[in-house]
Amino acid sequence: MTSLHSNDGAQTLTARQAGLVGCHSCGRVHPMGTPRCSRCGAALHSRMPGSLQKVWAWLFAGIVVYVPANIYPMLLTTSFGATTENTIMGGAVELMHHGSYGVALIVFVASVLIPVGKFLAIGYLALVVDHGSRLGGRLRRGQDLHRRQRLFEVVEFIGRWSMIDVFVVAILSALVQLDFAATINPGIAAVSFSLSVAFTMLAALSFDPRLIWDAEQDLT
Amino acid sequence: MTRIVMLAATALVLMVAAVFFPFLELSAGGMVRQSSLLDAVLAFSSGLLLPLTFAVAALIIVLPVLRLASILYALAPMALGWHSARHGVAAFRLAEALRPWAMAEIFIVGVAVALVKVAGLARLGIGPAFWTFAALVLVTVLNDTYMCRLTVWKTLEERRRP
Ligand SMILES: [Zn+2]
Repeated sequence: MTSLHSNDGAQTLTARQAGLVGCHSCGRVHPMGTPRCSRCGAALHSRMPGSLQKVWAWLFAGIVVYVPANIYPMLLTTSFGATTENTIMGGAVELMHHGSYGVALIVFVASVLIPVGKFLAIGYLALVVDHGSRLGGRLRRGQDLHRRQRLFEVVEFIGRWSMIDVFVVAILSALVQLDFAATINPGIAAVSFSLSVAFTMLAALSFDPRLIWDAEQDLT
Repeated sequence: MTRIVMLAATALVLMVAAVFFPFLELSAGGMVRQSSLLDAVLAFSSGLLLPLTFAVAALIIVLPVLRLASILYALAPMALGWHSARHGVAAFRLAEALRPWAMAEIFIVGVAVALVKVAGLARLGIGPAFWTFAALVLVTVLNDTYMCRLTVWKTLEERRRP
């Protein structure tokens, strides 16, 4: 971490205020102005340049491709000549009808709850960081910043798990090729859903969590 | 350090086994279909879905292998008490950058969900590669838990070639 926290949250000194810059890759601290980390060779930035623009761009792209992912079919099941199309939600609902509530819940959480929650969380973080001083009026305590840091860590950790449904489709399509009896083929939504996951992961990776702590100077 | 190297080497061997042994077996109405991990990857290989094939192959096989290999390359010389390898620092940085994109553990949950979905349709057999892959996931997770990144970076710095 690049900032030294005191637990009461009253006064913290960031690396930047101390004239230092921390390496985002290995954590080594250097004097401000050092171009490359002497330990791991990564480029040093006190704050990642253009972080927020990248976050907004990736987030927007992720939301845009998430729409067709929900409209178009994810799975095409052909059984005895009849083809049924299943969307993401349709697949979860069908699992519920089969009585597999636990698995239906996993699919629902991974394909709907996590992506949507991620859009909201990244959007919220980028927004409060972007308009720190204006929205900061509501910011009373340092704990709010800790909460934002925690939110970011959760988003970063959990986002990749949305890929579950794409893998399910891949396995089903490989496995269920029983000619006439049943055939499962992937639908186009699998592509746009994977893109959506990748884009939001890139959005989270572009976000520089150190920006969260810059709001601290507005705390009084 | 030695433990991380051992775990990474184990995971790499398991991955090779998982790719080549039969993964799952499905039988219904007298027909039997066996699929390997590669079949699962190639499921998207028609038309517009082709790019997805490469993505899935990368996420569940290529990137995990690349990551394990770079961990081994960076850490094995130091575990043996030598200087760090020539580009060991770059290799470990690559391994760290790949961490979010290596999705073997997510794939195994996907397999579990798929098994439940298919259960009503046909009888399922689980091949040796399934267990190998599951073991691989377990070893990778253990490895990530044991590995203290700060210690690795510090050791890489101390053992640098003069
Ligand atoms: Zn560094």
